[in-house]
Amino acid sequence: MKVSAIITLKKDVLDPQGKVIQQTLDGMGFKDVNEVRQGKYFEIDVKENDPKKAQKIVEDMCNKLLANLVIENYKIIEIQ
Amino acid sequence: MKSAVITFPGSNCDRDMHVALSKFGFKNKMVWHNDNELPKSDLVVLPGGFSYGDYLRCGSMASKSKIMQSVINFAKSGGLVMGICNGFQILVESGLVPGILLRNKYLEFICKNVFVKIDNKDNPYFKNLDKEVFELHVAHNEGNYFCTNDQLKEIEDNNQIAIYYCNDNGKTEEKFNPNGSLNNIAGIFNKEKNVLGMMPHPERMIDESLSGEDGSIFFKNLLNNIK
Repeated sequence: MKVSAIITLKKDVLDPQGKVIQQTLDGMGFKDVNEVRQGKYFEIDVKENDPKKAQKIVEDMCNKLLANLVIENYKIIEIQ
Repeated sequence: MKSAVITFPGSNCDRDMHVALSKFGFKNKMVWHNDNELPKSDLVVLPGGFSYGDYLRCGSMASKSKIMQSVINFAKSGGLVMGICNGFQILVESGLVPGILLRNKYLEFICKNVFVKIDNKDNPYFKNLDKEVFELHVAHNEGNYFCTNDQLKEIEDNNQIAIYYCNDNGKTEEKFNPNGSLNNIAGIFNKEKNVLGMMPHPERMIDESLSGEDGSIFFKNLLNNIK
């Protein structure tokens, strides 16, 4: 099954890259932006046909490697 | 005294560290990341560089490499483990010291000399040093130390902050902090003070004619403390 996960910075963590992207967008004329936060997206094809088990495997990966829980949150957004 | 420097794919300060340790009397061995066992050592160093191309998060891949289980066991049994720059990033990713190193606040790669102040000498690394302010070199893109409020309280309560960025008089202020790190932190210990992670490179300050001698003072003192 293909499991998609997104990893985002926690609310209190400064995101300097997001800030610069926002400034650049502002310079391009996108004036209505409150904030930009940059994150990561993973698409992982696991050898598992049970969606619940597949989700568990990817959650385990997120906890152990893909996300650093000091600064990041993860969310499984799609299983197909 | 015996030391071991771990080489990860992408490490680039491993040989500098070897030169520095050897110069001051350590019998140093280079250890490959894919080895399982550490040689018998009094000190293990995780060097600077760009292990695994800084993929995912700096130090995250290296922290899962084969040799790290031995390094973690060595640290847990009280062995001295020092991580410099990328080595510090590997230490935080492996959970040996708390927190994480984020991208520098002003999004610049910083390569310059800085001053750091030693806050706490009650540990094997800084014990018996007769100076507090050191001029050392930093070169990093992700040196912006960060941890949760609970972690900060804990590391402050346990005196785990090893060094702060400061000016040449030892004054710690945000304007002397090159990367935006929390509370001007440049290096921290684990709770037991046998593991030290820091962004500055003492191994780049060991030759009077090329740089400065503050790294020499650090290494000589460290060797005497371990003896």
